Amino acid sequence: MTEEIIIAGFGGQGVLSMGKILAYSGIMQNQEVSWMPSYGPEMRGGTANVTVILSDERISSPYLKLFDTAIILNQQSMDKFENTVKPGGILIYDPNGISVHPVRKDIKIFQVEATKLAAEMGNKKIFNMIILGGFLKEKPIVKLENVIEGLKKSLSERYHFLIPLNEEAINKGMESITPYKMKEKVIE
Amino acid sequence: MDIADIIKPQNQVFCKTKLMTDTALSYCPGCGHGTAHNLTMEVVDEMGISEETIGVAPVGCSVLAYDFMNIDITQAAHGRAPAVATAIARTWPEKYVFTYQGDGDLAAIGTAETIHACNRGENIVIIFVNNGIYGMTGGQMAPTTLEGMVSSTSPYGREIKSMGSPLKMTELVANLPGVYYVTRQSVHTHKHARKAKKAIQKAFENTRLKKGLSFVEIVSNCNSGWKMTPNESNIWMEEHMFPYFPLGDIKVDGILK
Amino acid sequence: MSELKLMKGNEALAEAAIRAGADAYFGYPITPQSEVIEYLMTEQPEKRTGMVVLQAESEIAAINMVYGAASTGKKVLTSSSSPGISLKLEGISYLAGAELPAVIVNVVRGGPGLGTIQPSQADYFQSVKGGGHGDYKLYVLAPASVQEMSDFVEDAFDIAFKYRAPVLILSDGLIGQMMEKVQLKDQKPRLTDEQLIEKNGSWAVTGRKNRERNIITSLDLESEKMEKRVHRLMKKYEQMEKEDLRYEKILCDDAEYLIVAYGSSARISQKAVELARKKGIKAGLLRPITLFPYPKQQLLELADQVKGILSVELNAGQMIEDVQLSVQFKVPVEHFGRTGGIIHTPEEVLEALEQKIIK
Repeated sequence: MTEEIIIAGFGGQGVLSMGKILAYSGIMQNQEVSWMPSYGPEMRGGTANVTVILSDERISSPYLKLFDTAIILNQQSMDKFENTVKPGGILIYDPNGISVHPVRKDIKIFQVEATKLAAEMGNKKIFNMIILGGFLKEKPIVKLENVIEGLKKSLSERYHFLIPLNEEAINKGMESITPYKMKEKVIE
Repeated sequence: MDIADIIKPQNQVFCKTKLMTDTALSYCPGCGHGTAHNLTMEVVDEMGISEETIGVAPVGCSVLAYDFMNIDITQAAHGRAPAVATAIARTWPEKYVFTYQGDGDLAAIGTAETIHACNRGENIVIIFVNNGIYGMTGGQMAPTTLEGMVSSTSPYGREIKSMGSPLKMTELVANLPGVYYVTRQSVHTHKHARKAKKAIQKAFENTRLKKGLSFVEIVSNCNSGWKMTPNESNIWMEEHMFPYFPLGDIKVDGILK
Repeated sequence: MSELKLMKGNEALAEAAIRAGADAYFGYPITPQSEVIEYLMTEQPEKRTGMVVLQAESEIAAINMVYGAASTGKKVLTSSSSPGISLKLEGISYLAGAELPAVIVNVVRGGPGLGTIQPSQADYFQSVKGGGHGDYKLYVLAPASVQEMSDFVEDAFDIAFKYRAPVLILSDGLIGQMMEKVQLKDQKPRLTDEQLIEKNGSWAVTGRKNRERNIITSLDLESEKMEKRVHRLMKKYEQMEKEDLRYEKILCDDAEYLIVAYGSSARISQKAVELARKKGIKAGLLRPITLFPYPKQQLLELADQVKGILSVELNAGQMIEDVQLSVQFKVPVEHFGRTGGIIHTPEEVLEALEQKIIK
């Protein structure tokens, strides 16, 4: 098994940490992992993205052109990464703030209303965990127990009390991910 | 009576400093470096710390200090002696570490290293020999060359407007809190040499007591570079260098005078 | 037991330095390697092992601090990125000339000038063709993974002390910034001062106790002496070529086309080789792990087997010169690489192989 993922959005949306938790989860089940961020000025308020690879074999290139999964969290990233999903791959996005929706027909497209759900749950910071939950529903590449172990590893101990909330968020994401139905073009 | 009779131990009044090697000094006759070397080695010898002392030689006339001083010495890149000494003092906190530097090395190319080692208050001794000229490379202008002074790169005399003022590095570093002891001495007469030795001794004592950085400037002559006889150069130094670089303690026990 | 962690390359290197029993680190922040000094300052190795960590006023001061500690036989390292390494080159030349052991890490970014902070391999010439002034070489290790960022620290110190010579770990922004699984080695104790004097007392300036004085210098005013020093250095480099060459061959046995790449480019090229094999193209990868010494003989042997060679580097074509020299122009050699901080994709590498070599 090899899963090649791009996660892209705004800095501050938890893009890098979502990737980190995923990578840690992979380690927990003895997989090879790589986490390759865009870095530099992009980290400071602009867009951020991270390439995460989980594999049962030694990972060759940590830098990729095409991905099995794209997790897209803002319009700029949609513009940039929609076309990098391999045919048959999946694209997951939060429709909040997206004005130009994806148009590809050779991939599976899903929505997770993570911004809305996080607000409902009263904690904006679990946004990325809701998205992660959605992803894991469609691609159960890591077991939930390993995600929890991964969370423990990547959070410092004083934040461990937040783990149940994170778990709840993951479950919420799993429940709420829905296939995106493209609107047929109306011919006038 | 031949030379062998004259230098018999019973006839000796003064002898060579124990910690100076037998290598003939490469300095010009009349230069103050030899005396400054001697005094430093006398202090190290008398304090009984020759086995615990590590010197850092600069680039300039005293680049070959390691040929003359019979102690462990490492030779630094131009201006970097305070950085080299910093690392030695940090990794060997029980050793006595000193740099021996000229004005070009310490106050021009090595300004940053000097200021920052001083500012960190490294537990080292800096011996700064200031003769207002680049001796080794043949008499070019130094940061401490006096106004109007002729050198090969200021052939019409140093002009303040285009070349800046002679840099008083010693006063500058005295203002840094990390610096514990700052003094300016000379070695051109017995009286001055004795005072300079006391200053060097105090500096090494400060290292023993882990007081931080001690900075000993020695205003010296460069009769070759100044194109004078040794005696003329000493008189010129008293008349011209000392008014601009006045001798005496500037900071003692961490307190500005 | 050794520990399994998810770490950035820069962090893994910093942790490995502590565990290798390093005595000191001196550095100056610069992207993309500031995590090294940040990690060390956070970890406080002074408390863990007694290792000294100091943020210097400049890269120049940092490399000269390395020179100072190395003069006394201490295990010392510094790290920087391209423009900072340019500043360190004078000091590196002094380290080589004065025959001092030290480890220097370059997490390369794009240049010339202030360039870009994104990954690059444009410092190949600087690393293996001297860089600083004078007749000297660096032993150059090129890690291609976070694991190697960790492992190569101890290897680098071993080589540095074996030859009393500076060793360069040539990484780049990609390897430095990415996170991978890393197996950390157990903590090695630092040498006590007594052990150090026992081991390095024949040359290091530790205080002239029970022996003649030691002098560290790179200066020989007599030309005959200086020539002897240069010959001594050249002998070391010859020995390195005989005893400490490192490389990796991937799918080379039946290869008809060869990619030569190191560091991050080797990782990307490995994927390109995988993609090529899927298309039925018999491609292989030779990855030099040491850039000096260079696997010249191995390349020459492969030249009889393959139809063409692609040198893949994140630069405008530097290592290709060594590939051409090694194969003595027996087979066509072409270069492919992106510059300016752009990273080539495996697909681009495969396309270049097909267009430039297979045709």
